[in-house]
Amino acid sequence: MSAAQHAVADHGHGGGHDGHGHGGGETHFTLRGYATGFFAAVFLTALPFWFVMGKTFGSSGITAAVILSLAAVQIVVHMIYFLHMSPKSEGGWNLLALLFTVMLVVIALSGSLWVMYHLNHNMMPDSMMNMHNMP
Amino acid sequence: MATGDGASISGAVSVAPGGEIANAANDSRRFYLTREHHPENGTLFGFWLYLMSDCLVFACLFAAYAVLGRSYAGGPTGAELFDLPLVAVNTSLLLLSSITYGFAMIEMQRGRVPGTLIWLAITGLLGAGFIGIELTEFAHLIHEGAGPGRSAFLSSFFTLVGTHGLHVTCGIIWLITLMVQTGKHGLIPENRRRLMCLSMFWHFLDVVWIGVFTFVYLMGVLP
Repeated sequence: MSAAQHAVADHGHGGGHDGHGHGGGETHFTLRGYATGFFAAVFLTALPFWFVMGKTFGSSGITAAVILSLAAVQIVVHMIYFLHMSPKSEGGWNLLALLFTVMLVVIALSGSLWVMYHLNHNMMPDSMMNMHNMP
Repeated sequence: MATGDGASISGAVSVAPGGEIANAANDSRRFYLTREHHPENGTLFGFWLYLMSDCLVFACLFAAYAVLGRSYAGGPTGAELFDLPLVAVNTSLLLLSSITYGFAMIEMQRGRVPGTLIWLAITGLLGAGFIGIELTEFAHLIHEGAGPGRSAFLSSFFTLVGTHGLHVTCGIIWLITLMVQTGKHGLIPENRRRLMCLSMFWHFLDVVWIGVFTFVYLMGVLP
């Protein structure tokens, strides 16, 4: 607690010589920010390990859905508290680039899974047999 | 906009008998306004764009693993191979190194060279521990006959996890370089900028690792 207050107090005068601008003048690093992010990340990491190792949920599908959503939340936590993402950083261009990348990642992942699932499905031995029977 | 311009021109015309001085003042004010919108330094944004492209590299490797991750070719499965307690240790090492890098950035902000160097060194050691455990795991897998050539699952596994490990190794080399530079030249603006780039790189690798431990290890052992 006192350490956090100290960091905040120091943050004020740190901003003074920071405003002169050495590139990223807008980001301020605070102990409170890093500590919040760290404890949230520890919690969000420990939970999925516990779910999987303790076999909390009976079905694999539910476990997979839960740990994937926890991972998504943890990625957002890391983005905000460790990578200092905000809609205002670099005048909004950071967020725009990130959103564009997320879009491409979603297309690459879902597209690959979709196409390859159907490819595997159509290459199944029984459909091969049908092909052989065709004139 | 057009009416505004017209008004300012008509204003300038009406002032014209007063001489050049009013015009000059008007010009300098306009000049100042355009200057304010220039970004001071594009390095951090450029580095962010690099990270986004690196993100696409990892997305492709994740996609390959998603497609091939259950193609065992009669070989060992993830549930048989993965040692989750070891992965948990590895994950905590990387997470700890993230916050120690944060401490280094706080020390940098306060302008303290020794504190920055100490936290950077701790970060580097945690990263080296992570790489050490990962290499041990890889050696163990290859020794068991579960090398990258065994099945499509293991090929995609080694490619994805190995690429991440290679990134962390490069990050450690970069970190040592910056420690030498900071020790030599102090926290000059250039070194601060470089440390902030490495900060983004290091935290970005931790973000990728979230995907790896969730998607590869934890989901790999699910029945």
